[in-house]
Amino acid sequence: MSALAYGVVAWLFLIGIYGVVTSRNLIHLVVCLSVAQSATDILLLAIGYRSGGHAPVFVSLPAHPGPAVDAVMQALALTDVVVGAAVTGLLLALAVQVHKRAGTLDPDALRATRD
Amino acid sequence: MSRRTRLAFFGVAVAALAVTLGVGLAGLPSFGSQITAYAGMLNELAQRQRHVTDVVSAITFDYRGIDTLFEEFILLSAVAGISVLLRPLSDETRKLPEDKAPDRSIPPPSPAVWLLAVFLGSLLVLTGIETVTHGQLTPGGGFQGGVILASALYVVYLGTNYVTVERFEPAPLLEASDGTGASGYVFIGLLGLLAGASFLSNVVGLGTAGTLISGGTIPLLNLVVGLEVAGGFAILASEFLDQTAVIRTRQR
Repeated sequence: MSALAYGVVAWLFLIGIYGVVTSRNLIHLVVCLSVAQSATDILLLAIGYRSGGHAPVFVSLPAHPGPAVDAVMQALALTDVVVGAAVTGLLLALAVQVHKRAGTLDPDALRATRD
Repeated sequence: MSRRTRLAFFGVAVAALAVTLGVGLAGLPSFGSQITAYAGMLNELAQRQRHVTDVVSAITFDYRGIDTLFEEFILLSAVAGISVLLRPLSDETRKLPEDKAPDRSIPPPSPAVWLLAVFLGSLLVLTGIETVTHGQLTPGGGFQGGVILASALYVVYLGTNYVTVERFEPAPLLEASDGTGASGYVFIGLLGLLAGASFLSNVVGLGTAGTLISGGTIPLLNLVVGLEVAGGFAILASEFLDQTAVIRTRQR
């Protein structure tokens, strides 16, 4: 189980970075960055997981006995999601302006444009 | 740098990264075996100390409340940054779309689409308010609920047209909501100082655990964060919509 959980983290992060490096479209690049960033969410939740554990929400407990998973990691994942959304928004706004200035979204074609 | 050189560089770097990542991940405790002592303690203590049932909310808005203050400011600066980036540039002008063929009226949206928008929009607003106000009881809170509230705007846009959405998003109100939410967090933090305790300490009456009014400052902070996030994301929606609908290159 360990190998699968952490393997997914490593795979998502590396494939996201690969997408960023080889991207031919800035919107695609931002999505690849989000993929790489989602690896950190999964890493946080995987570290905080406990076998057979339930969510750290203690309503109607008798129906869900057993240990609770790590609430700190879930709070950190929330922070991660919020910061990720902020970064994605800023990058997409930049992409909009780049497209207006240069008329293209291909990062390789941008080198030739001077304004 | 050519594409091939870049890929070669990337290959070397990613190999090093993969090794480091592998060693780091292998050093972690095995999946599902244990949680940290700190988290275990908070799971035990939060219900009794703060009278909440959702420990994640207690951590986000109380035990690590100062982190969330900065997180909220990151969001505020991102929204401000996007507004600045997407403003009309020197060679652009704001112009509402005009009807070029007044003799042919725009067909109204089909009743099915309109009905779906009304149904979904009200459902989103209701769910958003529910999520914001029940953050201390069940999963949810200001951040999640705020995003749900702001997404109601997209439904209005899909179900009607741009001109109607303009009426639904009065910019000053959205900006006020964003700013009030961000400053409200600081003011609630200052309550702690006024009561003679430290900044952001939970000094309001804690109420009964499991009821709507419980958790002291936690539901209050959820409310202001909900205001900020709903306002901020609605501003983002309108900024990106404006780019396609009203901001156009000035004719020379």
